[in-house]
Amino acid sequence: MAVSARHVAARRLGNVVFVAFCALVTFIALAALALILYSLIVQGLGGLNLNIFTKSTPAAGTPGGLINAIVGSILMCVLGMIIAVTMGILGGTWLAEYAGESRYGTIIRFLNDVLLSAPSILIGLFVYEILVFPHIQVRLFGHDIKIEPFGHFSGLAGGVALALLAAPVIVRTTEDVLKLQPIALRESGVALGAPVWHVIRTILWRGSASGILTGALLAFARISGETAPLLFTALNNQFFSWDMTHAMASLPVVIFQDALTPYPDLNRLAWAGALIIAASVLAVTIIARAFSQEPRRS
Amino acid sequence: MTMTAELPEVSIAEVDKSKVKIDVRSLDFYYGRSHALKDVTIPFEANAVTALIGPSGCGKSTLLRSLNRMYALYPGQKATGKIMLDGEDILRSGVNLSMLRAKIGMVFQKPTPFPMSIFDNVAFGVRLYETLGRAQLAERVEESLHRAALWDEVKDKLQTSGLGLSGGQQQRLCVARCIAVKPEVLLLDEPTSALDPISSAKLEETVTQLKNDYTIIIVTHNLGQAARLSKYTGFMYLGELVEFGQTAEMFTKPVTTRASDYITGRFG
Repeated sequence: MAVSARHVAARRLGNVVFVAFCALVTFIALAALALILYSLIVQGLGGLNLNIFTKSTPAAGTPGGLINAIVGSILMCVLGMIIAVTMGILGGTWLAEYAGESRYGTIIRFLNDVLLSAPSILIGLFVYEILVFPHIQVRLFGHDIKIEPFGHFSGLAGGVALALLAAPVIVRTTEDVLKLQPIALRESGVALGAPVWHVIRTILWRGSASGILTGALLAFARISGETAPLLFTALNNQFFSWDMTHAMASLPVVIFQDALTPYPDLNRLAWAGALIIAASVLAVTIIARAFSQEPRRS
Repeated sequence: MTMTAELPEVSIAEVDKSKVKIDVRSLDFYYGRSHALKDVTIPFEANAVTALIGPSGCGKSTLLRSLNRMYALYPGQKATGKIMLDGEDILRSGVNLSMLRAKIGMVFQKPTPFPMSIFDNVAFGVRLYETLGRAQLAERVEESLHRAALWDEVKDKLQTSGLGLSGGQQQRLCVARCIAVKPEVLLLDEPTSALDPISSAKLEETVTQLKNDYTIIIVTHNLGQAARLSKYTGFMYLGELVEFGQTAEMFTKPVTTRASDYITGRFG
């Protein structure tokens, strides 16, 4: 007998149980997300008003806003992303197209994966040690030479710390999406007489643009809410400032500080800041996606 | 498989030396340690189609990839012997690979349109070598698409993505892209194996139209296609060129047992 009714029934039951389990787990994950978004929106909207976008962070009990933190966050994220996208795309391209299975390439790939999951506070400490509080002293020709890049907290150091967090994500996704491009595509570029770097630049990058963009967006989402690396680098600033060579406010750090105070008005400000971060990540993602619509391979 | 004593093991026909475009002499090819081509000597006549046939893994594509030195992309692959193109050995070190590949175009098994517009696909190679004015470039693109028998189907959508075309159209786009550079030789690596019968027939028509102006070398598993298109055929087996001669003769009375068995469908 080829088909036994009992086996079919058992398989069906198994199928139903499995699908039900998947649905349940999905529901739990989505419910958690919905609850987070719900409290964020309800609490955050309550704190939103015009002052948020016009005034700097206040002392407790006085009216104020978040404009210094918003501008600081934008400046540091943009700086971080410029550094990270450049490093990430070039590094990922090298790993995918030139490194192959060479020992050096394998080591770099491994280290990048380690960096990908490095605790962000370590990155902050690292930048603190090399840029913010340098005590590098070299003795050359009988003179003590002190190397102090900044010597104090600064928005630049914050941007560098964010870049170090974002770059590994971009390296990884760039390498992965480049490797998805068919070998024949590279070869047909080369077969026309184009040098490999030209094929990479004009064909492979273009073909992987939406994948690389996804990586950049993931990286942006990761750094936009980071607090720990900024505590050691940009610190905070109560006042509005465009000057990236000095301490700078940022939304995550302000949220961290204001949320821990016992003052309800500062707590409301923290919620509003959190909502702004979430909304801007969403907005950037939607805008970037809209710009990268391209026809699929048929 | 019965072996009759009178039949030779290997048979390579002579080709008029003055007509030879590419002369491969004692070519050996290695993928790392594996010896993929063994002492292959084969002439390719100018402005004629030569088909390379044989079972999978026999070295047909390897031979093709030696002719434009595609293998140079991969460390560990090497060719020894001589490949004379118009009397110059292209295996010599110091050969300008870009110029070599401008002379020798290649079309692959799967269509490989670049992620850009149809126009830019065809112009891609041209822009590497020449600085043409806008009008001249447009003219070259149109001419190439005409020759690849694709113009009528795409003339109204040159600015749309090449990825939006059907498989057969994409393959003819790749042919147009090759021709646009004005090569002298076309290497076709199983160009119809990923296409449906109608698209295959169209591509064959394209090749037929081109065959008097280019030296064409086509690797194919489709014996009918080899018979229809080519003037000469080379049969390869396990890295060796077993038999080479006029297609009409090889398909009617093959000289070697191995070619005979393959063509009559006894193996492969």
